[in-house]
Amino acid sequence: MPLTSERFQDAYRQMLVIRKFEEAIRSLYQQGKIRGSFHPCVGQEATAVGGCWALRKDDYMTCTYRGHGQAIAKGLSVRAAMAEMLGKATGCSKGKGGSMHFTDPSVGLLGANAIVAAGLPHAAGAALSAQLQKKDNVALAYFGEGAVNQGVFLETLNLAVIWKLPLILVCENNLYSEMTPSHETTSVVDTYKRAAAFGMASIQIDGNDLELIYETVEGAAAKARAGGGPMYIEAMTYRLWGHMMGDPEIYRTKEEVAQARENEPILRLGRRLLELGCSDSDLARLDTEAESIIADALQFAESSPAPEPAEAFTDIFI
Amino acid sequence: MPTITYAQALNDALREEMRADPRVFLMGEDIGHHGGIFRVTKDLIGEFGVERVRDTPISESSFVGLGIGAAMTGMRPVVELLFMDFALVAADQIVNQAAKLRYMSGGTVSIPMVVRAQQGGGRGNGAQHSQSFESWLAQVPGLIIVAPSTPADAKGLLKSSIRAENPVIFIEHKLLYNSKGEVPEGDYAIPIGKAEIKRHGRDITIVSYSRTLLFALEAAETLSQKGIEAEVIDLRTIEPLDMDTILESIKGTGRLLVVHESHSNCGLGAEIITRVYEQAPDTLITPAQRLGAKHVPIPVAEPLENAVLPQPDDILWAVEAMV
Repeated sequence: MPLTSERFQDAYRQMLVIRKFEEAIRSLYQQGKIRGSFHPCVGQEATAVGGCWALRKDDYMTCTYRGHGQAIAKGLSVRAAMAEMLGKATGCSKGKGGSMHFTDPSVGLLGANAIVAAGLPHAAGAALSAQLQKKDNVALAYFGEGAVNQGVFLETLNLAVIWKLPLILVCENNLYSEMTPSHETTSVVDTYKRAAAFGMASIQIDGNDLELIYETVEGAAAKARAGGGPMYIEAMTYRLWGHMMGDPEIYRTKEEVAQARENEPILRLGRRLLELGCSDSDLARLDTEAESIIADALQFAESSPAPEPAEAFTDIFI
Repeated sequence: MPTITYAQALNDALREEMRADPRVFLMGEDIGHHGGIFRVTKDLIGEFGVERVRDTPISESSFVGLGIGAAMTGMRPVVELLFMDFALVAADQIVNQAAKLRYMSGGTVSIPMVVRAQQGGGRGNGAQHSQSFESWLAQVPGLIIVAPSTPADAKGLLKSSIRAENPVIFIEHKLLYNSKGEVPEGDYAIPIGKAEIKRHGRDITIVSYSRTLLFALEAAETLSQKGIEAEVIDLRTIEPLDMDTILESIKGTGRLLVVHESHSNCGLGAEIITRVYEQAPDTLITPAQRLGAKHVPIPVAEPLENAVLPQPDDILWAVEAMV
C-alpha cells in the first residue's frame, strides 16, 4: 500500500523525533548524564522508519547498538527510551540495558545488540517460530555492512535460505565499519552480492529514500508472509556523526560529510513533502511536534527515579 | 520399573515432552534420520517430522542463535551440540546472548531454551572432543546448568529443563549413554536445583555429579570394605547449587571431597569448598579436598588420559588420606 500524504508527514515527524532524540542524547552525554557508549544513527533515519513502518506491530525486529531510531520506529516509547538512556527505573530495561539493548517485545522489538551480527540469528529464530506456528509474521534484522564479515552473518544467510524463513535482512551500508572504511576490510563490499551468492533474493537500494525503503520492505514482507522466503536489502546510507561519541573521524574529510548532508534523508523527505503539496509551515509544525515529543520524554526521564540497588538482582531468571 | 539406558531415558523424555507440548522442537547436527551419534534422538523424526526434528548445518552460532529467537517468540527449542567443546563456537550466543537477554531487557523477554551437549573424556577423543565446561559455564550468571549421572535423573531432569522458563545447559556424558538403570514410567520430573544423596555414610562426604559420581560410588564400595563409610552426594544441578544438602551432610561427616571432570584450577570444587568455609567454617575436622582434571589439555593415549582425569582409585586414595 503506497504511503498517503498524511502518512508521509507522520514519517517525516517520526524521523525528526529520532534525529532530535539523538541530539538530546548528545547533549546529555556532554553534560555527563549518560553512562557508557552512545552510537548515534543521525543520517540513517530513513532506513529505520521506512523499514519498520512497512511491518506490522506484531512482526519481529532486531537491531544493533546504533538502533535507537529503529527501536523508536518499531514502537518503543520515546519516554521509556530516554529514561533508559539516563539509567532510570522507568527505562525500557529499568536501567539494566542502556543505550545498546533497547528491547520491547510488546511491539515486536526483540532487542538491540552490542555484538556485531549477533541479532541476525535471533530474527531468523523468530521467523522460524512464526513458520512453525503457522503464523504469517515476518522478522526483520537490521545490521551494518560491518557485520558481513562475521561468521554468524554468513551462517544465518545459509539457514534462512535452506529453511525458507520469512526473514528480511536490512543492511544499512554507511561505508564505515566502526572507524575503518569498509572497502579496506571487505572483499565484496556490495554486500547484496554476498546474499545473492547464498541463493537469497537481494537488492541494493538508496537508503536515504524513505519511500523506496518502505516499498521495498513492504514487498519483501508480503512475499515472506506468502511463504516466498527471505530477502536481503542493502540500503546505501551515510552516518553523519561519528561511530560513537569521541570519534575523531580521521577516516573521512569534512567535505565528504558536508556533501553527504545534501543527501540526508530528512532533508530529502522534506523536499518531497513540498512537492506533494505541503507548505513550509506544515514542515515547521511537524518539527515543533517532534520537538515537544522529545521535550516530554526528557521531562519524564529527568524526573523519573533512579533504580533501587536491589533492582540489580532481579530479572535474571523467571 | 523398567531398566533402560541413559540414552533411551533422554529419548523418552524428548518424546514425551514433544507429545505433550507442540512448542517443543529439536535442532542439531545429524539428529534427524541419523538419530544422533549417541542415538538420543533415534526415531523421533518418524513421529514428529522434519519440522520439529531439524537437522542443521555445522553452524553452531547460528542454530543456537535461532534457538534464542524462537524461544523469545513462543517456542521451546531443544538444541543439541554434538560435543560440548563446540559450545565455544557458539559461545557468543550462549554467554553474551542467551544468558543475558532477559536481564538486559529488564525482564521483558525470556529464553526457555535447552542446549544439550555431551562432554567429558575416557574414550580417547582428544583435547577438542573431551572437555568438561560446567565450571566455567557456572561463572556466567543467567544459565541453569544440569548434569545428571543416572538414567532416571537424565529423564526427570531433561523434562524439567524443557519445561523451565530459563536457558538450561543440559550436560550429558559420552560414557554414560550406555549405562543402565531403573527409570520410572510415565510422566515424572525431577526439580532443578536439588542434589540427591546417592549413598549414606558417616565418615566423609563426597560431592560429585555426572560420570565421576559413578566413580565416587565405586570408590565408596571399596572403602566400605575397609570400614570407611562415605556419603555420596550427586549434585545433579550445578547452577543453582544445592549447598544446603552439602552443608547438612558435612555436619554429620566432618569431611568433604569434591570430585569432577572439569579442570581443578578455578573449578567447581574450589567454589564449593570456599562456600563451605564461608558458610560453615567450623564444620570440617580435616581440610576439604578437591579432585578434578589436571591443568593440561586432555590427551588421547589411555595412560595419559587416565593420568589427567580423576579415576576411581584417585578418589580412594584421596579419601584414605583424609580419614
